[in-house]
Amino acid sequence: MSDVILEMRNITKTFPGVKALDNVNFSVHQGEIHALVGENGAGKSTLMKVLSGVYPHGTYSGDIYFLGNECRFRDISESEEVGLVIIHQELALVPYLSIAENMFLGNERANNGIIDWNEQISKTKELLDKVGLHESPNTLITDMGVGKQQLVEIAKALAKKVKLLILDEPTASLNESDSEKLLDLLLQFKKNGISSILISHKLSEVNKIADAITILRDGGTIETLDCHKDRITEDRIIRGMVGRDLTHRFPPRESVVGDVIFEVRDWNAYHPIHEDRKTSTNVNINVRKGEVVGISGLMGAGRTELAMSIFGHSYGTRISGKAYKNGKEIDISTIDKAITNGIAYATEDRKVFGLVLIQEIKDNITLANLEAVSDGGFVINEPKEMAATSGYRDKLNIKCSSIRQLAVNLSGGNQQKVVLSKWLFANPDILILDEPTRGIDVGAKYEIYTIINRLASEGKGIIMISSELPEILGVCDRIYVMREGKVVGEMPAKEASQESIMKCIMTQQEVVA
Amino acid sequence: MKTLATLFKNNIREYGMLIALIAVMIFFQVVTKGILFKPVNITNLVLQNSSIITMALGMLLIIVSGWIDLSVGSVVAVVGALAGVLMVRYHFDWMVTVGICLLVGAAIGAFQGFWVSYVKIPAFITTLAGMLIFRGLTFVLLQGESVGPFPTGFQKISSGFIPDVFNYPGFHLTTIIIGLILSGLLIFLDLRGRQNQQKYGFEVTPFYFFILKNVVITGAVMGLCYLMASYKGIPNVLVLLFLLIAFYTFITSQSVIGRRIYAMGGNEKAAKLSGVNTTRLLFYTFINMGVLAALAGLIVTARLNSATPNAGDGMELDVIAACFIGGASASGGVGKVIGAVVGAFLVGVLNNGMSIMGVGIDWQKVVKGLVLLAAVFFDVYNKNKS
Repeated sequence: MSDVILEMRNITKTFPGVKALDNVNFSVHQGEIHALVGENGAGKSTLMKVLSGVYPHGTYSGDIYFLGNECRFRDISESEEVGLVIIHQELALVPYLSIAENMFLGNERANNGIIDWNEQISKTKELLDKVGLHESPNTLITDMGVGKQQLVEIAKALAKKVKLLILDEPTASLNESDSEKLLDLLLQFKKNGISSILISHKLSEVNKIADAITILRDGGTIETLDCHKDRITEDRIIRGMVGRDLTHRFPPRESVVGDVIFEVRDWNAYHPIHEDRKTSTNVNINVRKGEVVGISGLMGAGRTELAMSIFGHSYGTRISGKAYKNGKEIDISTIDKAITNGIAYATEDRKVFGLVLIQEIKDNITLANLEAVSDGGFVINEPKEMAATSGYRDKLNIKCSSIRQLAVNLSGGNQQKVVLSKWLFANPDILILDEPTRGIDVGAKYEIYTIINRLASEGKGIIMISSELPEILGVCDRIYVMREGKVVGEMPAKEASQESIMKCIMTQQEVVA
Repeated sequence: MKTLATLFKNNIREYGMLIALIAVMIFFQVVTKGILFKPVNITNLVLQNSSIITMALGMLLIIVSGWIDLSVGSVVAVVGALAGVLMVRYHFDWMVTVGICLLVGAAIGAFQGFWVSYVKIPAFITTLAGMLIFRGLTFVLLQGESVGPFPTGFQKISSGFIPDVFNYPGFHLTTIIIGLILSGLLIFLDLRGRQNQQKYGFEVTPFYFFILKNVVITGAVMGLCYLMASYKGIPNVLVLLFLLIAFYTFITSQSVIGRRIYAMGGNEKAAKLSGVNTTRLLFYTFINMGVLAALAGLIVTARLNSATPNAGDGMELDVIAACFIGGASASGGVGKVIGAVVGAFLVGVLNNGMSIMGVGIDWQKVVKGLVLLAAVFFDVYNKNKS
């Protein structure tokens, strides 16, 4: 094997309450394509952010050596200077500027502040040729498809004299032929001596082009597989991704499942901006009284989109399909109607969609059901509000100095409990919980699971979206698997395993795509 | 128990503004050699600023929602013009005219609210258009000239005083009695709020502070009443203002709709996903602003006793400045009625004091601009520090 060009040693990175990376070791050899795989939240993106200087030196512990030199990047521009270029999943192009303008943004070919357009455009052409993109340098980014935009990003990396290219899920939003082209390009770069790190969920493409595969799990390196030494199967990779101890992380539960309380049939929805893109396709799901139903799938599988389109049509357009509660059809076309019909949706993004951060805890808890603490539906009865919200603070164990503390000053776990309190206070029969434990520590997770169990035992129907397989298996009674807006699998949790779910998620991807 | 210093530090914004107002008042009292606090001037100060304060109440709700309304000065003018034309040219009864004008204000608010909340055109643009449209319509209505004078009943809105039941010569005794009742009411409300908070185990301010606060407030109320009593008593418009301030304080702090407006301004997406119909709520907020701007238009027209094409010119800037000086946040979700009122008074005292001193309108604008900048800088500085 050739020389090591990148070595990351004992990288540890903590966020308030969470250890995102724990003593990770990772190295890349000259001229190889190194795949980085792992579940959502395993720490792949965090590791790459540490590498590229998004998290500057000093905010993590451990050492990074690139081309034999120790690196202490303070920001992205310093890592790019030595030839480390990262291409994020969300592309960082300015949509209303041309390819040429984007290509040299912040790095313009200029004399005394005056741009030399001839130079800039001819250079752009040269770079576009290298990545096989035949577009005029004056084309606006917004007029091109995602696949071509991706190529512009790569060309931009070439402009920076890249030595190690990092791609974070580059093919996630590409179609088959664009993905193919991109992978070929990486192989071609390899011949020209440019190494790449490829983060991907698509194991088929990993298997096809990677020289080595490093598996991360729960913020730690599990193993690095050499693709030339052994024949690596997808099953082998999946086993590495999921294998972990499940005991004692979930509170025990006796489930008493009753009749179907809520059901959606033939649910279809389209993307609000790209109106020809379907976000939900013929979805049929149901939940029973006292049952916890999980929806598993990768990020971008359309789970949140589905949940929000059900919750008062709060996402998507041209939504069609029928919803039934206790066998009777209900109208859930506005959020207000959905709440009135006893449906609640606790969002995956607390800070953006869940909380009014600059308001007090008590104001947040009562927001969805102010009528219950007001006289005549108009005047807020403050003593009533205090009593009600203090009750939730005690019941859900929200750690705060007072219920008048601002939501912004709470930890993630406690913020999540405030969001849950808000929806419990609205007294729903059906609760949709979207990633209820994202970004919160293990102890708080256990508390959330306990609350979920209690709600189920009270006869509510619970739908839980989660990207963490152990969580889905440990908490749910039944599991739906979603991919590309469709339900592609349904199984009782007792018969499911992490491997079987992951297989359902991953292998379907190849069969259908 | 908190000490006075930490208490002050935690509420630096609210007390700081009040202290600034008092300092500015003392400053002008000294440099104008006592003219500022003369009974006639205090009464004038209230009369001149009543329209600003009225509109600041509506503007505060707009700003808390996260938007802005640039058109209120033009709405003042167009409503004044309409009132003038109806009463002078068509001899409408003044009370009917007031009713029509307030309805037209609501319609103007609905018009602008429609574009902002349903069509999603940013309020800055919509109301900039409104500013031009309604100023233009004012000229159309008045055909470029002033219209007046008006029936006495209409003039009394701004220039009338409440009657004195005692008829004590040289001193308006009713005003003092109203002042006493008001002080008693404020103390009672404060005490009840305090008890409620204690009942739920919240930390309350120390008792001596509570006493001190109420002594200061009572002193200010009684001082104001005394000054007015030595002139002509309480102006009608002050009664109106008091009722409006009380109403909007109640709406913002105690009502469901007020809570929802703050939630909408604080995080529109979260409010929407909690079942708040943010589109309709914003629409109503603009209608409310339209009605208050119309009311201000009537007050201005009644005070000047004529409708002029340039009435209310630049008034929107004083109104918006009052809200920001009073601690409202330009990004929405933050701001108090009482802050906006204090801010409006500060702007008013600056206008009044500098006019007495003979400072030209040019330098007055410079000073007001600097005060606005200083107040907001103070906010930003405190936020960054904490």
